[in-house]
Amino acid sequence: MRFSLLWTDYLVFALVIGVSLLIWRASKKQHMVRPWKKVSDSTVGVVSLTVLLSFVFIGVLDSTRIKYKPNLSNGEGGARTETLSVLDIVLTPIRTQVETTYSMPFAHTGYAKELLKDEQGVTQWVYPRLKYAGAHLASAVNEKPQDIITKAVEGVFLGFMCWLALVVLVLFFSKARSHKARSKAQKNMAYTLLIIFSLAGMVASLGPYYHVLGTDKVGEDVLYQAIKSIRTGLVIGTLTTLVMLPIAIALGLMAGFFRGWVDDVIQYLYTTLSSIPGVLLIAAAILMAQVYMANNPDLFTTVDDRGDMRLLLLCMILGLTSWTGLCRLLRAETLKIREMDYVMAARALGVGRMQILKRHVLPNVMHLVMITVVLDFSGLVLAEAVLSYINIGVDPSTYSWGNMINTSRLEMAREPIVWWPLAAAFIFMFALVLAANLFADVVRDAFDPRENN
Amino acid sequence: MINYILRRLLYVLPVLLGVNILTFVLFFVVNSPDDMARMQLGDKHVSQAAVNNWKQQRGYDLPLIWNQQQNGMLAIQKTIFFEKSVGLFFLDLGLSDNGRDIVADISQRMWPSLAIAIPSLIFGVLANITFALLLIFYRGSYLEFGGLFVCITLMSISGLFYIIAGQFLIGKLLALTPISGYAPGLEAFKFIILPVVIGVISGLGSGARWYRTLFLEEAAKDYVRTAKAKGLSELQVLFKHVLKNAMVPILTGIVVILPLLFMGSLITESFFGIPGLGSYTIDAISSQDFAIVRSMVFLGSFLYIIGLLLTDISYTLVDPRVRLN
Amino acid sequence: MKGLLKIAISLWLSTLAACSDVALNNPYVQNEDQGKVIYSSFSERPKHLDPAKAYSSNEYGIIAQVYESLFQYQYLKKPYQLEPLLASSMPTVNYFDAQGVQLGGSPAASDTAYSEYVLTIKDNIQFQPHPSFNLSLHKHLPDDWGGDSLYSLPQSSRVLTVDDFIYQIKRLADPQTQSPIVGLMSNYIVGFKEFSQTQAALIASKPQLDKVQRLQSVPMSGVKKINSTQFSIRIKGKYPQFINWLAMPFFSPMPWEADAFYNHPDLLSKNITLDWFPVGTGPYFLAENNPNRRMVLSKNPNFHVEYYPTEATEQLAKKGLLRDAGKRLPLSDKVIFSLEKESIPYWNKFLQGYYDASGISSDSFDQAVSFSPSGEVGLTDSMLERGIGLQTAVTTSSFYLGFNMLDKVVGGYSNKNKKLRHAISIAVDYEEYISIFQNGRGVAAQGIIPPEIFGHVEGEQGVNPVVYRWQNGPQRRSIDEAKKHLVDAGYTNGIDPATGESLVLYFDTMDSGPDSKARLNWLRKQLDKLNIDLVVRATDYNRFQQKMRSGNAQLYMWGWNADYPDPENFMFLLYGKNAKALHGGENASNYKNPRFDALFERMSSMENTPERQKIINKMVAITREDAPWLWGFHPKAFSLYHAWYTNANPNLMANNSTKYINIDPTLRRAYQSKWNKPVYWPLLLMAFVLLLLLLPAYRIYRRIENAKAL
Repeated sequence: MRFSLLWTDYLVFALVIGVSLLIWRASKKQHMVRPWKKVSDSTVGVVSLTVLLSFVFIGVLDSTRIKYKPNLSNGEGGARTETLSVLDIVLTPIRTQVETTYSMPFAHTGYAKELLKDEQGVTQWVYPRLKYAGAHLASAVNEKPQDIITKAVEGVFLGFMCWLALVVLVLFFSKARSHKARSKAQKNMAYTLLIIFSLAGMVASLGPYYHVLGTDKVGEDVLYQAIKSIRTGLVIGTLTTLVMLPIAIALGLMAGFFRGWVDDVIQYLYTTLSSIPGVLLIAAAILMAQVYMANNPDLFTTVDDRGDMRLLLLCMILGLTSWTGLCRLLRAETLKIREMDYVMAARALGVGRMQILKRHVLPNVMHLVMITVVLDFSGLVLAEAVLSYINIGVDPSTYSWGNMINTSRLEMAREPIVWWPLAAAFIFMFALVLAANLFADVVRDAFDPRENN
Repeated sequence: MINYILRRLLYVLPVLLGVNILTFVLFFVVNSPDDMARMQLGDKHVSQAAVNNWKQQRGYDLPLIWNQQQNGMLAIQKTIFFEKSVGLFFLDLGLSDNGRDIVADISQRMWPSLAIAIPSLIFGVLANITFALLLIFYRGSYLEFGGLFVCITLMSISGLFYIIAGQFLIGKLLALTPISGYAPGLEAFKFIILPVVIGVISGLGSGARWYRTLFLEEAAKDYVRTAKAKGLSELQVLFKHVLKNAMVPILTGIVVILPLLFMGSLITESFFGIPGLGSYTIDAISSQDFAIVRSMVFLGSFLYIIGLLLTDISYTLVDPRVRLN
Repeated sequence: MKGLLKIAISLWLSTLAACSDVALNNPYVQNEDQGKVIYSSFSERPKHLDPAKAYSSNEYGIIAQVYESLFQYQYLKKPYQLEPLLASSMPTVNYFDAQGVQLGGSPAASDTAYSEYVLTIKDNIQFQPHPSFNLSLHKHLPDDWGGDSLYSLPQSSRVLTVDDFIYQIKRLADPQTQSPIVGLMSNYIVGFKEFSQTQAALIASKPQLDKVQRLQSVPMSGVKKINSTQFSIRIKGKYPQFINWLAMPFFSPMPWEADAFYNHPDLLSKNITLDWFPVGTGPYFLAENNPNRRMVLSKNPNFHVEYYPTEATEQLAKKGLLRDAGKRLPLSDKVIFSLEKESIPYWNKFLQGYYDASGISSDSFDQAVSFSPSGEVGLTDSMLERGIGLQTAVTTSSFYLGFNMLDKVVGGYSNKNKKLRHAISIAVDYEEYISIFQNGRGVAAQGIIPPEIFGHVEGEQGVNPVVYRWQNGPQRRSIDEAKKHLVDAGYTNGIDPATGESLVLYFDTMDSGPDSKARLNWLRKQLDKLNIDLVVRATDYNRFQQKMRSGNAQLYMWGWNADYPDPENFMFLLYGKNAKALHGGENASNYKNPRFDALFERMSSMENTPERQKIINKMVAITREDAPWLWGFHPKAFSLYHAWYTNANPNLMANNSTKYINIDPTLRRAYQSKWNKPVYWPLLLMAFVLLLLLLPAYRIYRRIENAKAL
C-alpha cells in the first residue's frame, strides 16, 4: 500500500500548503488582518467559508490516492493493483453497491419494469427488486418509511455526537474556554458545522441501505458521483487561477509600470488573445492533448492518468485564455499607482525598479487580485459544465457535474422523467457556487477600498 | 479624432495577422490536410489517391508555411498559409472545405443570430436596469436583501439548467412555444421568445448586480445628496440624476459587445436549433472545416476590435472631457 | 421587467388569437401543411446530394427520392429481391471467356473472363422540370433573376435516354468527381480505370475543356450504347453482386445538361450546385434546400407511371399494407425535412405530433415499449392511446468488437493466441450489453452474417460453439471456461507472466457521447471478470482512423451496414486482401487466413445455391475458431409511427420508400390540436405572485417617501 498521486493531486496539495503558508504569514501583518476581520464579522461570510472549506476538505480527501492490491474473491493475493482515494474508501458501501440500471432516490425497486421469472417459473412484467437498496427489508413497501425515518434520525444523532466531540476537543485545546471569549465567527462556524455534520451523518447512516439520490443508467449511485465531482469542480476553479495569476500579475504590472514598448507588446498580446473566441482555443488544446496521448500511449496507461492529464490541460488552457481581464485591470491600476507620491519619492531616492514594484506597487494591487480570484472561481465551475456539453471539457470518464448534466439531457426526455442525476448535480453545484459567490461578495466588500469609506 | 481612428484601424492589421497565425498553428498542429480530406470524404472505401485528389483540388497539397522547392518570395507565397490567408484581409473568405461559399452562408446565418441577440440585449439591459434601480430604491429594506439573494441565486445556476428547464416547462409541459426550430420573417417570433426569455433571466443576476454597483457609486456622490436636500423625491433623484449620469458606463458597456452580437450564441443556438453563426462555428470545429473556422475567428476578432474602437469613440461622444490622442 | 414581460405576453397572445385553432407550439410555418405532407428531419446537413458522391444513409434518405436507378428492392418482399425500376426488365447477362467467346448457361467463375450486362430501359420516362433543360440558360441567366430560388427560372424537361446512364458512369470515373467507389469499380468495369486515367491526363493537358465535353470526348470501353433504349456494361470476371450496385444511386441516370448548367459561376457563388440541387426522374424533386434549416421535396409532376404493389404476405396485408394497393405513386405530395440536431427536441416534437415517425432512443424506450408476460414486444398504454404504431426489424448491420490480428498480444494465429481471444469472447457478455444499452433491441451475433441475409443459419446449427452451448437456445459458456482458456493462453488468473501483474489490454475508441462513459465502464467490467485490465484510449475521429490505418490499435469497436443484401458484403470485411493496415481496405482487423481467402474468392462469384451455403458455413466456422472479432450484435430497429402515417414497412434495402407513404392530414390536425393545448394558468399564477409582491413594495415606497417629507 502506498500513495499514488496524479499531477493534479500534487498541485492540489501544493496549493493547499501554499495558501496555508500565505494565511500564516498574512496573519502577522496588521493591514492584512483587518479586511479578514471584516469578513469574519459577517455571518454570511463565515457560513459560506465554512461550506467552502467542507468542500475543500472533501476535495483533498479525494486527492489522496492510495495504491494497493485487493484480495481476489478466492482468497489469493491478487496481482492487480487498485488505486483508490481516501474518499473512495470512506464512501465504500455507496461506491460498490452498484445496481443494474436506474432507480429512484430511496427506491427499493428498479425504475422500469422487467421480465422476471418468479418462483413458479411464470414470467411477469414487473418492477424488479434492487440488489442492494432496501434489500434488508422483508416487505419493503410497509417498512420503508419507518426505516428511513429511523435511520435518518440515527444519522442526525450520530452527526450531532461527532460534532459535540469535535467542539469539546477544540474547546479543550483552545484558550477560549469561557463563553464570552468565543467570538461570533466561531459560533457561526460551529452552527454551520453542526448542520453539515448532521447531513453527513444522515448520509452515512442511510447510504449503506438506500441510494439516497438514486442510481444512474448503469446503476451507479448518483450521490457518489456528485461527491466525486466536487474535486473536479474545485480543481478547475483553483488551478486555473494558479496558472493565470503569475502571467496576469507579471504582465499587468510590467505593462503599467514600464510603459513604452513593453506596454505596446503586452497590449498587443492580450488584444490578440482575447479577440479569439475562447471556445476555439480550448477545443484546439483538448484535441492537441488527444494527439499527444495517442502518440505517447505508454505515458498514460490508466483511465485516471488520461482523465487527469486532460483536466490539467483544461485548467492550463482556461488559465491562458482568462488572464487578459485581470491583466488589463492591473495595468490600469499600476498606471495610477506609479504616479503616486510615495512611488515618485521612492524613485527619487534611487530605489531599484524591481524593489518599487515589489514593495510599493504589488501590495497595492493585491486587493484586485484577491477579488478577481474569488469572483472567477464560481465562473470557472460553471464554465466546466458548458464545456462538457460541447465535448471539450473534462474527459468523459472523469466525474464532473458537467458530465452529469450532459448525460441528464437525455434523461430529461424520458417518461417517466429521470430527474435525480440532474437534481443531484444541480444541488451540489449550486451549493458550491452559491457559497463561493456569497463569499466573494463579502471579500469584495472587505477588500475594496472604495467600500471602506 | 479622424487621425486617431485611422491609427486604431491600422492597429487592427497586426492583431488580425497574429490571430490568423495563431489559428493556423493551432489548427494544423492538431490536424493534417490528410485528416481534413478523410473527414470530408467519409468512411467507406477511401483510398489515398482520393485523399490526394481532394487536397489538390482544395489547395491543401502545398507545404504549410515554407515551400522549399521555390525560391525567394515564392517560398512563402506557394504555401497553404499564404494562399489561404491573403483572401481574408480582402474579406474574400472563399469556399468552405465542403465546397460552399462562406460569405453566402454567413450572410444567411447572420439574421437568426441577430434575431436572438438583439432582443436578448435590449430586454436584458432594460430588465437589469429596472431591477437594479428597484434594489437601490429599496436600499436597506428586506426587499433589497431578498432581491440581492435572488440575484446571487440566479448567478449560481448554470446556464444549461435554464435552457433545459425552460424547454421542459414552457415547451413541453405548458405547450406555449415550440421546443426548438426557426423560421424567417415574422414567423420567427414564436421561436425566439423562449430563448430570449431564458437569455434575459439567466443574465439578470449578474447584470442587475453590476448596474447596482454603478448606481451605488453614482448615488454616493455629493450632487445626489444636494438634490435630495432640495426636496426631490427619492424616485425623482433616481431617474433624473442617478440613472442619467450612470448612462455613460452603461452605454459604453453595451457598445463594446454590439459588434460581437453577429457571432451569435453558441449554446443557445445549438440547443434551440437556430441556424445562426454560433452553431456554424461549432459545427465547423467538429467537422474540422478549416476554411470556416479560420473565417469565423477572423471575423470574430475583427468585430471585437471594432467594438473596442467604438467604445473609445463613444466615450468622447458622451463625455466631452475625454479626449482621444 | 414585469411590465415588459406582460407586454411581451400580451403581444404574443394577441398574435395567437388570430389563429386560435393552431397550436401555439407548432414548429412549422402556418398554411404549409395543406395536402399530404410528410414531416421528417435531418441532424446534420448531408455532405453530398450528387449520386456519384453520396454514400451515407442520411444522404440516401433524400437523393433516393429524387434519382432513380435501374432496379429497386421490392417494397413488401423479404428476403430482399430486386425488380426493374427504370429498366424495363431484369438484365440479361452474357458470359465470355478470355478469348471473347460467349459461354452458355451459368459457367464457373474460373472460366469466365468477362460478364456483359445488357440493360433495357423503359420508354418515355421524363426528367423532372428543371432549368438545366433550358439550354439557353447554360450561357446566360436572366438579369431579373434574383438568385433566391432555382425554380423561379424557366424550366423544361426531356425524355430519359441510355446516354444519361452512360454519362453517369463516366462521371463516376471522372477524377474530379471523387466518387467513393472509384477504386471498387476500377476492379470490375472494363475500361473504367483507363477512362479515369485519360480524364486525368485531359484535365492536365486541356484545362480549357469543360467537364461535359471532356467526359463525352472519350468512350469507356466496357460501356456501350446498343440503341436508344439498350446499353451494355461489361465487367471483369463473374460478379453476381454487380446488379446490387446497379440498384444503388451511384448508377442513376444523370443528364449532361445538369453538369453544363451548374457550371455557371453565378450559380456557384450562390451555393447552387449539382451537389446541392439534384436533377432526377424520381417521384419527388428537391424544391427547397436550405441546409441550415430545412429541405423540401415536392411531388415531381413528370413522374412516370408506377403503382403501389398489390402482392404481399398475409401478415403484411393484415397490417394494412395493401390498403393503397394499385394506387398511383407517390402517395404524398411533399416531404419537409427540418434540421433537428438534438434527440430530445425530436422526441418531444414527435410526441406532440410534429414529426410523423421516430426511432426509439434507449432513453425513451421505457416510455414507448413494454413487454407482455410472454416476452412479446408491445407499446405502452400511453403510446397506444395516442394511436401510435410500432414496427421492428433486425437490421442488416453488425456492431462488433475487433482484435487487431497484427498485434503481438491479441493477434496471431497460434493456439495460445486463439485461446486468449476465446476467453475474451466468452467474458464479454453481449446479451447484457444489448439489455443495458439497447434495451434488448438486438440479437447477439453468432457469426459475421446478420439475419435475413443469405448464408445466415438459425437455430442450433447456427450457434457459435466457441462462445455458446445449446440448451433450448444459445447459452453463453461460463466464466470458468473462459478462465480455463486463459490458462491455456498462458495468462493464469489474468496475470501476464512478463510483468507479473494483470494483463493490460488497450481499447481504442472515438466514442465520446454522453453515454460513452457507461459503455466503456461496462466493457472494463467485462474484462475485469478475467482479471484483465482494459485501458480505454478515447480519442477523436481522425486519430482513431489513423490508428486503424496504421494497424496500431489492439481492441476496437466498429460497425458495418450492408450496402446490398449479400453475404459477400460482410465476408469481405475479413478478406486478407482487404486488410486495412496493409492494403487500405475495410478489413480493420487485418485478418488473413489463406483457407478463408480461397473460399471467399470462390463464394463471392456464386449464385445463392446450396453449394454456396456450404462454403459459407465453412468460412463462418473458420472465423469462429480464429475469432478475429467478438461478433457483437445485430441491432433491431424499432420505429414508431403516428396513426396518420401509413404504409410504413421496415425494408432496410429500399431507400426510396417515401413514395409509398400515405398521410391523413385531417387526422393529424385533430391529434395535434388535442395534444398541444396550451396551459395558461402558470402564467396567470406568475402574474398574480408579482402583483402580491407589489403590496409590500408599495408599503415600503410610502414609508420612504414619507420619511423624506419629514
